[in-house]
Amino acid sequence: MFALLLAAEHLLLPPLETAEGPGSAPASPALYAGIAIKLLYLVPYFIVGHDVIRKCFIGIKNKQLFDESFLMTLATVGAFGCGEFEEAVAVMLFYQVGEFFQSYAVGKSRGAISDLMDIAPEFANRENEDGSTEVIEPDDIEVGDILIVKPGERIPTDALVVEGHGLINTAALTGESVPREVKEGESVISGCINGDTLLKVQAVKEYDDSTVMQILELVENAASRKSETESFITRFAKYYTPIVVIAAVALAFIPPLISGNFTAEFSKWLLRACTFLVISCPCALVISVPLAFFGGIGAASKEGVLVKGSNFLEQMSMLDTIVTDKTGTLTEGKFSVSYMEAAGEMDTDELIRYAAAAESGSTHPIASAITEACKKPYPPSKIKDTQVQAGGGVKAIVGRDEIIVGKKSYLEEQGIETEDTLADAAGTHCYVARNGKYIGTIVVSDKPKANAKEAISAMLKAGVKHVVMLTGDSESVASSVASELGITDYRAELLPQDKVNVAEEMLSVIKASTKGKGKLAFIGDGINDAPVLSIADVGIAMGSLGSDAAIEAADVVIMDDNLTRIPKVMKIASRTIGISRMNIVFALFVKFACLILGAAGIANMWVAVFADVGVAVICILNSMRMLIKDNEQLKVQN
Amino acid sequence: MKKKFKLQDLDCANCAAKMEEAIKNIDGVNDASVSFMTQKMMIDADDARFEEIVQEAVKCIAKVEPDCRVVL
Repeated sequence: MFALLLAAEHLLLPPLETAEGPGSAPASPALYAGIAIKLLYLVPYFIVGHDVIRKCFIGIKNKQLFDESFLMTLATVGAFGCGEFEEAVAVMLFYQVGEFFQSYAVGKSRGAISDLMDIAPEFANRENEDGSTEVIEPDDIEVGDILIVKPGERIPTDALVVEGHGLINTAALTGESVPREVKEGESVISGCINGDTLLKVQAVKEYDDSTVMQILELVENAASRKSETESFITRFAKYYTPIVVIAAVALAFIPPLISGNFTAEFSKWLLRACTFLVISCPCALVISVPLAFFGGIGAASKEGVLVKGSNFLEQMSMLDTIVTDKTGTLTEGKFSVSYMEAAGEMDTDELIRYAAAAESGSTHPIASAITEACKKPYPPSKIKDTQVQAGGGVKAIVGRDEIIVGKKSYLEEQGIETEDTLADAAGTHCYVARNGKYIGTIVVSDKPKANAKEAISAMLKAGVKHVVMLTGDSESVASSVASELGITDYRAELLPQDKVNVAEEMLSVIKASTKGKGKLAFIGDGINDAPVLSIADVGIAMGSLGSDAAIEAADVVIMDDNLTRIPKVMKIASRTIGISRMNIVFALFVKFACLILGAAGIANMWVAVFADVGVAVICILNSMRMLIKDNEQLKVQN
Repeated sequence: MKKKFKLQDLDCANCAAKMEEAIKNIDGVNDASVSFMTQKMMIDADDARFEEIVQEAVKCIAKVEPDCRVVL
């Protein structure tokens, strides 16, 4: 229809233009025909734009000026007023097509992001008391219900396994691809996918309180904690539109007034002003930045990392210092025997057997490390008269021998001389004596996690300047772990409140030295370091799957205890910031270029529509890279 | 009390920002957010006037974007 009108107009236009010359002749039939054709343009205009015009009137009624529909209607009506009929229709059409693409693209990316977080169970199979099963909504699960989880189904709520054992896939929650083995009596978390065997579980939480709901809640709320980039854009948008509209009004009236020939010049400048109105919508900016962040948060959750706000994702890209707890974060958090040295004719197997026998009555973590290291323990019947001296050591009769295991000072109190052959080994030294004679030393220590070293070097590569380790352990233990992991800075022998002070001090140093641009992150296990987690710019809790307290206290939650996820999330954060900055610069550049060219009369309304909706679509597509690139990386890894 | 509502046909990111500001300005609202990405609105407001506040918020939304509906 539009094309038909164009053709009709071109047939009729030449006579019309001659008729409209200055001091025109009386109206000819051709002129009336021309006007009629022009009026016909209103038909496609209303077909294409009725929606926008309707919204415009509602907007006026509700006093919502500077509304997108209002501006578009004003601009196109202005174009009609200037006699630019086809331009008005085309701009409206182009705008609507652009809007369509825009909402299509946003819808797509919304879908793509929610796919990333597709962890919610859709149903549950409840076993009733009479043995029958029924399919129910996860919402209807009550605590204590017995639920059947068939192979391949999602575990509907946090529960305890009461029957069956098998492997469950936690990848959707933790990013960890190795399935976890579960058996009777163990707890399982909602959202995990059951492997090949049937599990019977008992619900321990209602669906609304389950881990899956917690995660979904967090990710959804994350969007409301805005990053600085987002707040900047919202603030900018608030001023941008009114300023451009005022500039448009000025452009329509001031140059014609100055020129002295208002009537002749007005129409030309009015058209340029309409171009301004089209460009004045800030949607490209307002859409693309949160979209990039939303994508970033989605990508991070795919890695098993929950980022609780766009602001934290932004700060993850600005980390200057990472402060980390030692025990349970960098290390396994579990003691094991690392060195043994037997004295005289004793061998180490014999040594550990004696020590384990003596320690078997103690529940101290060091005692369990020693008993675990012993492969051939004495039968309990051979061990008697165990005496534990807290903070010193233990004494027991093993067979016919009196065995003492303990600190150097404890042995010396009993008049036993010891040797220090393992003085260099970091850890807790346990000295062992048999019948009053020193027989060897066992060193027990907490081993660093297998990937801790790799994770720390990746953090440094990703742009962190300092990694500082905090620990309550002794200087020697701290220095050995630090050097093993490639950490140059550590603080040892700290009490829990000291950790807070150290973190506060570092925060102020960093703030001063980087002028607020560098951020401090603290990594802890979330159990006893909640105060430090909360004062750090970004508090990162590790291994927190199912731990409500840690999820509550931290800003970034790593579901499993894999440290290498931190540098990965830092990379996701940098990419998010990169894409959103790129969008801002691109959109602003195109808009300002169009404003200048529009004022000069070089860019017409077609270009302006591109600057509005076209740029928005391009920015949305650019933000989508956040997801696409991530998917490719995941494919390579798998 | 804090409550979340689904929004239907929220088509414009800038409108979401405008709605959020308007809702935050309602008397008795402690905090509010309108998320364009998740198409959800969160209102944290005094218990006593909660229902009233929600009605006002719905009006604010209709003002900014006539086609947008709140799923109550």
